[in-house]
Formats: sequence, C-alpha cells, structure tokens
Amino acid sequence: MDFISQHAVLVVSLVKIAVVLFLAMTALAYLSWFERKVVAHIQSRWGPYYVGAHGLLQPLADGLKFLFKEDVTPPASDQLVYVLAPFLALSLALTTLALIPFGPPNVRVFGQPVFVISNSNIGLLFLFAITSMGVYGVALAGWSSNSKYPLLGGLRSSAQMVSYEVSLTLSVVGVLLLAGSFSLNGIIESQRGHIGHWYVWPQIIGFLCYITAAIAETNRVPFDLPEAEGELVAGFHTEYSSFKFAMFFMAEYANMITVSCLATILFFGGWLAPFPESWTWQLYLPGVGLLALALYCAYDTVTSMRGVARLQLAVFTLLALVAGILCLLPAVMPLVQGPFWFITKVGLFLFLYVWVRGTLPRFRYDQLMSFGWKLLLPVSLVNLLATSFVILLGKRG
Amino acid sequence: MNLVPVSYYLVLSAILFGLGVIAFIFKRNIIAIFMSIELMLNAVNLAFVAFARQWNELDGLVFVLFVIVVAAAEVAVGLAIVITIAHNRRSLNVEDVNLLKF
Amino acid sequence: MSLPFILFFVCAGLAILGAVLLIVSREPIHSALSLILVMVALAILYLTLGAEFIAAVQVIVYAGAIMVLFVFVIMLLNAGVEERTNWSQMAKYAGLPLAVVLLLEIAQWFWRSPTSARAVNGTPEAHPTHALSVLLFRQYVFPFEATSILILIAILGALVLAKRQE
Repeated sequence: MDFISQHAVLVVSLVKIAVVLFLAMTALAYLSWFERKVVAHIQSRWGPYYVGAHGLLQPLADGLKFLFKEDVTPPASDQLVYVLAPFLALSLALTTLALIPFGPPNVRVFGQPVFVISNSNIGLLFLFAITSMGVYGVALAGWSSNSKYPLLGGLRSSAQMVSYEVSLTLSVVGVLLLAGSFSLNGIIESQRGHIGHWYVWPQIIGFLCYITAAIAETNRVPFDLPEAEGELVAGFHTEYSSFKFAMFFMAEYANMITVSCLATILFFGGWLAPFPESWTWQLYLPGVGLLALALYCAYDTVTSMRGVARLQLAVFTLLALVAGILCLLPAVMPLVQGPFWFITKVGLFLFLYVWVRGTLPRFRYDQLMSFGWKLLLPVSLVNLLATSFVILLGKRG
Repeated sequence: MNLVPVSYYLVLSAILFGLGVIAFIFKRNIIAIFMSIELMLNAVNLAFVAFARQWNELDGLVFVLFVIVVAAAEVAVGLAIVITIAHNRRSLNVEDVNLLKF
Repeated sequence: MSLPFILFFVCAGLAILGAVLLIVSREPIHSALSLILVMVALAILYLTLGAEFIAAVQVIVYAGAIMVLFVFVIMLLNAGVEERTNWSQMAKYAGLPLAVVLLLEIAQWFWRSPTSARAVNGTPEAHPTHALSVLLFRQYVFPFEATSILILIAILGALVLAKRQE
C-alpha cells in the first residue's frame, strides 16, 4: 500500500494501461462480430450464427485460426521492414487509446484519474500526431512485399491517407476555436450542460467533413479501393498471412474505434449525458439498460438456444444481470455514468461506420482523390473561416 | 527534482550536427544526402529549443516553427528536382550528375 | 539517476543510434526509417524541454509528412542498394577524423560554456501554446505570412518540376 501511494503515477498508469489494452482487444474482436452481423442483416442474411449463441464466439474462433495459420513470407521482401510494418500499424493504432478520456477526470484513485491514462493539455495534437504516423504502416507494408499489387495498393492507400489527413485536422479546428483548448477533457467540459450545448450543432459542416475524412483516413468503404478485392487483390496486405494479417485487421478496427471516440469527444460531448444534470432519473439508465439486456438474453436462452449455445447464453445473461445490479448500487451509480454514455455514443458511431459499409458502393481512386482535394478541403477551410468570423463578431459585439 | 542541464542538450545537438555533416560527405545516394540535410536541420532545432528553455524566451520556439516550415518547402521542391534528375541521368548516384564538371 | 536523466540518455542514445544508422545503412529506406527514429526521439526531448506544441508539430509535420514524402520518393524511384565507389579513400582516412574532431570541438565549447552549464532551477513548466501563438501572430506576423507565400511558391515549383515534359 505504501509502495503504491509513493509511486502512484507508475503503478496506477500500468494498471490502467493493462485494463485499457485488454478492453480494447476485446472490443476489436467483437467489433468484427458486430460488423459481420450488421452487414449480414442489411443484406437479408444471418451472419455468424453457429459458433456460440448468435455467433458470439466467432471472434474467438477467428483469433485461433489466425494464430495457427501458416506464416508465409515472400522470399524477396525486405525482412526488417516487412515485419516492422504490421507492428508499427497496430502499436500506433493502440497508442491513441492512451489519450482518450472515458469518463470524468475527477474520479480518482491514489490521486490519479481513473478514466484517462494521459490527461495531457495538448491531447488533441498528440492524437493527430499519432494518426499521421499511421501512414507508415501502410506505405512500408506495400513496399516491402516486393510485389506489384501491394506496391500499388500501398502507394494509393498512403496517398489517400495523407490527403484526407489535411481535411481531418482542418475540420476539427472549428471545435478548437469554440472550446479554446487542445485538451480533450477541456473540450468535453466546455460542452457541459445538455444536448443543446454539444458542438455538433454549431459545427455541423465541420462534423460532416470530419466524419467523411475519418472514413477515408481509416480506409473504409466507400473509400477502400486500395484494399478492395477484385481491384487490387487485397492491396497493401496481400502478401501478409496469419498473425501479421490479423495485426493489420486489428489496426484498422482500432483506428475506427479511435476516430469514433474522437468524434464523440469533439462533437457529441464525450462522456457527458445528453440530459440536463437536474434530471436525476438518468442515473438509473445504465443499470436499467443492462437489466433489460439480461432479460432479453434470458428470454432467448429459454426459447431458442440448444446445447452449448444455451449454456453460453445463460452465462452471458448472468453476467449482464450482475453488471446491471452493480450499476444500480448507490456507491457505483455515479461512477458508471461517464463511461456508459461514452460507450453508447461510440457504439452509435461504429454502427454508423458499419451501416455505411453495408450500404454505399466504393469510389474510384481518381474520384476519391479529387473529392478529397477539390471538395472536402475547401469546405473545411470555409468552415474554419466562418467559425472564426462568427467568434470574432461575437467578441466584438 | 534534479533537471537535466541545458548543456547536455546542446552537446547532443552538436553531435547530431556532426553526424549529419559526416553523412553528407560520405553518402553517394542523392536522397540519402538530402536526408542528412534534414538531420542537420533537426540538430539545429534541438539547439533552438534548448536555448528557449534556458533563457525562458519563446522566440526560439517560433524560429523552430519557421525552420520546420522552410524545411517542408525545401523538401517538396528538392525531391521534385531529385525525381527529374533520376529520370534524366537514370541513376541516383550523385557522382553521375557531373555534366557541369570541367 | 533520477527519471529525467534516464529519459534524456535513452532518447539521446536513440537519436545518436538513428543518426549512425543513417550513415551506415546501405539501403535508402533503412536510412529513412533511422531518420524517423531520430525525429521521434527529438520530439520526446522537446517534451522534456517543455516545448509541447513544438513536439507535436515535429511529429505531425516532420516525421509524419516530410518523411512520408521521402519514403514515397524512395519507393517510386525504386532506390536500391547504394553503390560503393573507390574514389573516396582520402575522405575516409583524412576526412572522417577531421569531421569527428569538428564535432568534438563544438561539443566541448558547449560543455565549457559558463552560461549553459547551470541546471535550470525552477519548475519545468511547459511553454504555454497560447503565449507562443500570441508571439507568432503579433511580433512575427510578417515572417509568418512570408512563409505562407514560400509554401505557395514551393507547391508551384514542385508542380512545374514534376510535370512530364510532353
């Protein structure tokens, strides 16, 4: 105890990093399940169904498959860079999670905030710094595979990422002007109140630019020509197999999660609740929501599951029940509010991402590049100019 | 808490600058020579930031921003020139660019 | 050995390692990666010196855009293994020791300089970004606008140079 309180920063940070990494890896795995289910339902089919109840154990099966697959390395490739590229992509994608606040900073243990690993006062700039380094994972992977399709795919992907990065950072500057701080917690705090105070309303153009640039930056549909099958085989990760391919896969989902977290923080109030503080009934929402989920799972266990799936869903129901009851305890209730709203909003953004994937066709590469430079960049600039003009008028008047 | 003296940073800056000079002299690839120029610019940036901390003036940081911006412009034009040279001389060896040699 | 010293020596070691790898590498792509390592190490050093905005700008612009340009050009030109020529024996036997002497002499003058040898007393507060921007837009607004024109000229120059001669 004494050791912990003397080295509080170190110990608490290590524990937080371990917890966030564990939760992030689980979230990545289940994001792939979520994507497959939602896209399947959009396309009038079921998606993963057999591996565990509702296909919930599918990510586990996929992970095991990736671990046991044969690792094929092209012989003429540059070995160091070939191995470095997926590690770089995944580690950069996971590093951004250190800056994101999942809840209010006043919840502390041993004097350290619990819900954010690094509460920096230029957190937003660091986030953009780390995402701008993400281009290397793609470019180096494409080049080091020493093959036509990966090289073309890698060059196109990285050119696309670099182009849309400009619009991404510019579309966010309007929010920075309104909030007056680079710190992510500061931006959230300046949106305190109720849903009317969130920055999405004054910055609706900025938000639309941001979400478009973010989808392009993470190489997702409709901007995923460089990695689409049928166009460039699999783009920059053609020559990668088993665990290295899984790392690129995970890096893409981690980037999606990061960008969604950033969208909620900048435009949708982060961990703030949409209702005013005075409506105290909203404190019961997490517990009630989890209990409703437990009820649905119990109903499903009893009616439609058989065998192992039934057992697994029963365990899941019990977990949801315990979590729901925990959230209703008066000691835990105020602590859970921040993360609950944050995870709900991020989940809605991820649903948007997957919905767009299931619905829109993809852009051709020249259309993609001209859209980024000729439409999105001028719109972001105009948004920035208009925002600063309005703020200046507001200060004068 | 014992802070690192500013002279340590200046010595590191000098070492990096020296290594940049060595790279500039010994490398034969045009792009590698270009990169050694960037290394020298980075060493100078480190010296500026160290001095900004020492005298507690922010002008050093402003100058670092200008150095970074000018380096960006220089790299853009310089690499365009390098690509043109590579197409014309069919080689990236700086000794092959010797048409103006007497 | 307190934490700031350990951090300084680790980052300084990484920076020097990157610079040496830049010189020693035979492939340009490895040199580019070593230079990126140097830049990231320097960004961490800027953080320890309290220049947090400059550290972020260094990673975003220098390591994240300029070096990407280098890596693109290396990939597009398919720059292979560097040739070794035999014309630089004099450079190797006379030049290298002289360069090392130059380096050590500059380092020694910095070390012996009376003003910079003292440790900085007081709290290591970060330079506030707000003050930096005030300085940039009030006192240095003319160089700021001049650099924006410079970037415009650089874009035009790169466009003209990269256009294929039809």
